[in-house]
Amino acid sequence: MYRYDQYDQAIVDARVAEFSDQVARRLAGEISEDEFKPLRLTNGLYLQLHAYMLRVAIPYGTMDSRQMRMLAHIARTYDRGYGHFTTRQNIQYNWIKLEDSPAILADLASVEMHAIQTSGNCIRNISSDQFAGAAADEVADPRVWAEMLRQWSTFHPEFSYLPRKFKIAVIAADEDRAAMRLHDIGIQLVTQDGVVGARVFVGGGMGRTPMVAPEIVPFVRREDFLATMEACLRVYNRHGRRDNIYKARIKILVHDLGATEYARQVEEELVAVKALGIDPPAAEWERIERFFAMPEGLAPKASLALDGKAGSAFAHWRARNTRPHKVAGHVSVTISLKPVGGIPGDATAEQIDVMADLAQRYSHDELRVTHSQNIVLPHVAESDLPAIYDALVAAELADANIDLVSDIIACPGLDYCSLANARSIPVAQKIAQRFADAERQRDIGELKLKISGCINACGHHHAGHIGILGVDRKGTENYQLLLGGSGAEDASLGKIMGPGFDEDGVVDAVEKVVERYRTLRSDGERFLDTYRRVGMEPFKEAVYG
Amino acid sequence: MKLLTGNDLKDGRVTWWTGSGWSLHVEDAVDVGEKGEAILAAEEGARRVNAPYVIDAIATPEGPRPAHIKDRIRALGPTVRPDLTLKPADPAAGEWVI
Repeated sequence: MYRYDQYDQAIVDARVAEFSDQVARRLAGEISEDEFKPLRLTNGLYLQLHAYMLRVAIPYGTMDSRQMRMLAHIARTYDRGYGHFTTRQNIQYNWIKLEDSPAILADLASVEMHAIQTSGNCIRNISSDQFAGAAADEVADPRVWAEMLRQWSTFHPEFSYLPRKFKIAVIAADEDRAAMRLHDIGIQLVTQDGVVGARVFVGGGMGRTPMVAPEIVPFVRREDFLATMEACLRVYNRHGRRDNIYKARIKILVHDLGATEYARQVEEELVAVKALGIDPPAAEWERIERFFAMPEGLAPKASLALDGKAGSAFAHWRARNTRPHKVAGHVSVTISLKPVGGIPGDATAEQIDVMADLAQRYSHDELRVTHSQNIVLPHVAESDLPAIYDALVAAELADANIDLVSDIIACPGLDYCSLANARSIPVAQKIAQRFADAERQRDIGELKLKISGCINACGHHHAGHIGILGVDRKGTENYQLLLGGSGAEDASLGKIMGPGFDEDGVVDAVEKVVERYRTLRSDGERFLDTYRRVGMEPFKEAVYG
Repeated sequence: MKLLTGNDLKDGRVTWWTGSGWSLHVEDAVDVGEKGEAILAAEEGARRVNAPYVIDAIATPEGPRPAHIKDRIRALGPTVRPDLTLKPADPAAGEWVI
């Protein structure tokens, strides 16, 4: 894992001191809310429905147990005993007091964490593949490139006031586990003639105008990587629409210019940027790479036999929630934060501590947050799985439902968020309860269901095999159903099925869609495959008659 | 009727204008009629409330009920965590929101 150097620590400590002073001045009445709001937002502090909300950055979703325990400490000490893991691989707390916020940031800084650039029109937390460093199919560890981006984008003076917020994801395999092409910039590491480089997609995103990013640069060597990023951002910063918030994201610019013209302007800008010499030397890349080396002592082992446990709850969990590791005899474990009837992405301080303990004991002290709002123990010996499973059962964290219909992404919705038009969580809870039968879920197979409480799409509804969008219809909640989205390597945007539903109606509609799929599917077809083969009509007919 | 609501500056909790101060309980809120904007400006200036705004509400025998669900959720707390609302012992409290 990356560790702060003196520069990282110094700028984070300085920011804590600066924000502490700003909070004191706000509480003393020396600055108004209008003056203070941009200052608190740039430190991740929002004012939401019930209280201040603090969003803490978790770079590319990677943490050690010490950092995870700090998240539990904050939940326990300053909040109401829990936190909410987000689709940006971050965590947010819903009940923060302004007067406590300097102490929280100081606590975070003590474990090399912060809340900087988790809001505002800047480059946000870089996201990545939750299996980075462990996945057999990656060409390199994407976190090396993500960390390079983190350092480049942190406090970047030219990009602190972009037309709108800016999100970047980095992956390194053909299987996209980070919704890469639905980002402002998506990067896939690939090899060309034995050299690892970046394939750059620009102009994707969700929100009110969803788009899948087109390829802009087919291959960039690491020597030119940051210069290329700088050029991409410069063209956006120059031409992005600052006059209309709804047209300010880079996807609109790329769409309006056309991918070819945008790419031409990036190439032109790149000539000027290269002359600045901003790309780090090879020695710096090698220094960063060393932080992400395979953990010491992680050596091939014999695989774990089930010893007569086939068909057991443990066997189902192992089959569903673990994934082969690049080192034999090891797996990556995904801990579901989606218990039936629970709140997607929420974890109590006690559960966070349990996961930290498990990481320290069994996963070479590493954890990851996934964009699906779950937690990963990336480096686990198969022989340790029974002990991990038992600990997860005791902590009520052993749901065997990864990528099944109850593994729902849901934004906080109108229960917490001041932007939302409708509640998301109760819909997620009712759907999970409707499909509570584990055998039925397994029979349905992979089905990614995603719910947003407003058009901003924090719940990724456009990318759901089944997506649900909550809207406000004359003061009452209404839910639109979308089918056919995907955030994976086969990225696509869901299409609205027809007229919306009330809360119970949309749960019924989802069940009708799923049951129609079960009658239509061919052998081995996922829901998404069947939808792509037969189209919307059979599902529409099932729902609307 | 119209109510004036905002958040406490220090802890961010939802507050309601009672005619003489601020309460956490919407039942204590009073109709501000056309005076909302003036009260809002004075109270915000004095740092007794943060981000205040005027909302529509309906008078009921139990007290004012905000017209929009968003403000009813603000008044009670998250419907998915009854234990964290202002009425954790009232299992029917959520029905008031919906």
